[in-house]
Amino acid sequence: MSDLFFTLLLLCDSALRLAAPLVLAALAGLYAERSGVVDIGLEGKMLGAAFAAAATAAVTGSPWLALLAGIMTSIGLALVHGFVAISQRGEQIVSGMAINIAVAGLAPTLANAWFHLNGQTPILEDGARFTSINLPFANALSDVPVLGPIYAEVISGHNLLTYLAVALVPLGAWGLFKTRFGLRLRAVGENPGAVDAAGISVHRLRYIAMTIAGILCGIAGTALSIGLSAGFVRDMTAGKGYLALAAVIFGRWYPVPTFLACLLFAFADALQGQLQGTPLPFVGEVPVQFIMMLPYIVTVVVLAGFVGKIDAPKASGIPFTRDR
Amino acid sequence: MYAIEALSISKRFGAVQANRDVTLQVAKGTIHGLVGENGAGKSTLMNMLYGFHAPDHGTIKVDGKEVSFKGPVEAIRKGLGMVHQHFMLVDTFTVIENIVLGFESDRRMAPTLASARDKLLKIEETYGLAVDLDALVADLPVGTLQRVEILKALYRGAETLILDEPTGVLTPQETAALFEVIKTLRGEGKTVLLITHKLGEIMGITDNVSVMRAGTITKTFKTSLTNENELAEEMVGRTIIREVNKELTEAHRRILRVDNLYAEDDTGKTRLNGVSFDVHGGEILGIAGVSGNGQSELLEIITGMRAPSGGSVIYTDLKVAKKNRAADAEKLRGNGMGHVAEDRHRFGMVGPMTAAENTILGYQGRESFYQGIFLDPGKVRAHCQSLMDDFDVRPPTPDLPLKNFSGGNQQKLVMAREMAQEPDLLIVGQPTRGVDIGAIAFIHSRLVEMRNKGRAILMVSSELEEIMTLSDRIIVLCDGRITGTGRPEDLTETDIGLMMAGRYEKEAS
Repeated sequence: MSDLFFTLLLLCDSALRLAAPLVLAALAGLYAERSGVVDIGLEGKMLGAAFAAAATAAVTGSPWLALLAGIMTSIGLALVHGFVAISQRGEQIVSGMAINIAVAGLAPTLANAWFHLNGQTPILEDGARFTSINLPFANALSDVPVLGPIYAEVISGHNLLTYLAVALVPLGAWGLFKTRFGLRLRAVGENPGAVDAAGISVHRLRYIAMTIAGILCGIAGTALSIGLSAGFVRDMTAGKGYLALAAVIFGRWYPVPTFLACLLFAFADALQGQLQGTPLPFVGEVPVQFIMMLPYIVTVVVLAGFVGKIDAPKASGIPFTRDR
Repeated sequence: MYAIEALSISKRFGAVQANRDVTLQVAKGTIHGLVGENGAGKSTLMNMLYGFHAPDHGTIKVDGKEVSFKGPVEAIRKGLGMVHQHFMLVDTFTVIENIVLGFESDRRMAPTLASARDKLLKIEETYGLAVDLDALVADLPVGTLQRVEILKALYRGAETLILDEPTGVLTPQETAALFEVIKTLRGEGKTVLLITHKLGEIMGITDNVSVMRAGTITKTFKTSLTNENELAEEMVGRTIIREVNKELTEAHRRILRVDNLYAEDDTGKTRLNGVSFDVHGGEILGIAGVSGNGQSELLEIITGMRAPSGGSVIYTDLKVAKKNRAADAEKLRGNGMGHVAEDRHRFGMVGPMTAAENTILGYQGRESFYQGIFLDPGKVRAHCQSLMDDFDVRPPTPDLPLKNFSGGNQQKLVMAREMAQEPDLLIVGQPTRGVDIGAIAFIHSRLVEMRNKGRAILMVSSELEEIMTLSDRIIVLCDGRITGTGRPEDLTETDIGLMMAGRYEKEAS
């Protein structure tokens, strides 16, 4: 029993760690889509930021400069997407995909040119990374039954960006539903004409949303390369951007449900890590490839089976023109 | 004292002179009507008054002071409020959230909403505009949404309200309620500029009325000193005959039977709830109702664009549509069913294609247009030319893209195309939507002519006057059910209005 409890705690701990970039990217997607811009380029922004952060950390040794570089890179990509989608009224899916493909090629190429490590960045020292933080009293409290181990194993011991990701969920919800900015942002994703008629610039709001998405994806990418890992490797986002979009849909464009969806996907991911090489009851050992499919199967099943009617922001993906 | 003045303003968009030397003066505390055909320049004028566009020449004055707005917000700050034809509301927001949008008193919502609520309750009381501030906009009927828009304008401090075609989607009862509100506004010293194409409304409520034609205001009347005919003639610039000549037709065979039809729209919402009726040769069956009460789905099913979820459609003696099986639109056309689609631009024509090409759409397989296996452009053009002559389509140039024609001429050409095939049954949705007055009379007379020849016509219209003038029998749809039937001579507009609201059932033979 206590063994199972402990395994479960480890799973939750690992799920929370894996969830951090996912949560940040999902919040980015949520803000973008709430403003009426479809952002399939979350993946590319994250990957670009992951590379920029790892490269900066490798050169300067400072995780903070790395975070800044990640964020700036991601904002840059977000504004490219914004320019295409908002100002030029281009096809948003194409623009997002273009960013994904471009970054997937560009990042390893630059890494190879600068570091000559076969498309990777150097393995980082701990000082150049966001390493895990032990929360106060974690050791002291670990003897308290049930709650103690939860605090010590699951809640304590993550890196700063993970705590930031979790803190941004209520903050994001507050911003969206309790502020003037949030009201306008949601309106512009539903009926930009109404926002325009109220004398607010639709384009400006959408650019702000894209910038927010850029910042969030920047943190997500940084968390990936210098938080979870110690450097950049080719394609290290591995579809997390798309998974984040799925979480946004599953969470119906609300921050807290989206966060929970991210946790679900991350839990599946943690579970596949745990199950690799472990014989299962009744079926024995399952080939590792099947286990690795788990998070994606969960995604498909969840999206196909449990989402039901989708109430996306009505103006999402539609460029705004004043037709009069 | 004028609340708002446009003094000889002009506006050009590319090659189009949308407004030419327009002068409009609206006296403070009055209800001023603005009438004009589609394309007369009313919208351009309004957009300049409201700051969406700047005039090329001329000046705009508010309360006697010259203004030049850089955007709607400046107009709003000067006390102008606009209720757009298409409501500018966010469906997923509550009424109060919609009202404060863009005019929040605080960065946080809680204090914004609290102060707005106090202010709004006072406005509601003053003007008799009861609206539940916490209701979700998506759940409210259009009549209420209109009140929300007015409330919004008043909240933003409007002294002058511009209402653009406010009654287009309202039942007669809702219209009456709206006019009470407008009169209250005048009573409280507000100024109202009412844009409409319904002359009856102008006569009923305005103090003054200006007529716009071809980009300029041709005349301003004191309403009590004019009448509908004079206004109509001023609008088109010539005398028009607004009469139809219905001959007595004997009872003909049944052409169409709609039997206990059920349908759902694309979102799965039930739109038709057991609708049954027959259409016979030699009659026009008019279907009345506020838009969105199942008319579109009914037309789509009959013409083969949608499958019913229950019931059947029998055309001549063939069961053409039944549960989950749509009729074959092409076969229907081949068997003499013509269709003038409700949404002309989506289903009735292809704008970028030439007028000639548009006149064979749906009939492009007919041998008479071919030379061997190839379409013969000469034959197609000649076909179009004869239709244009017959229906007085202007300009009579078959090679012009159809989108360059006015709405009325587009509709005439579409109608000509369908009537040219001498159909046994003509399905017409909104025969005169977006059509100018001159063309309305023409289209009406052609429909009646066809009926007099013993053909059957099923007409859906949200214009009550049209339904009353043309129909031999009327069916009223509300919420997917038939809520009233009768002959026009046995029904008053009030009866139909109540039926349209689903609150009245009167069976007449």
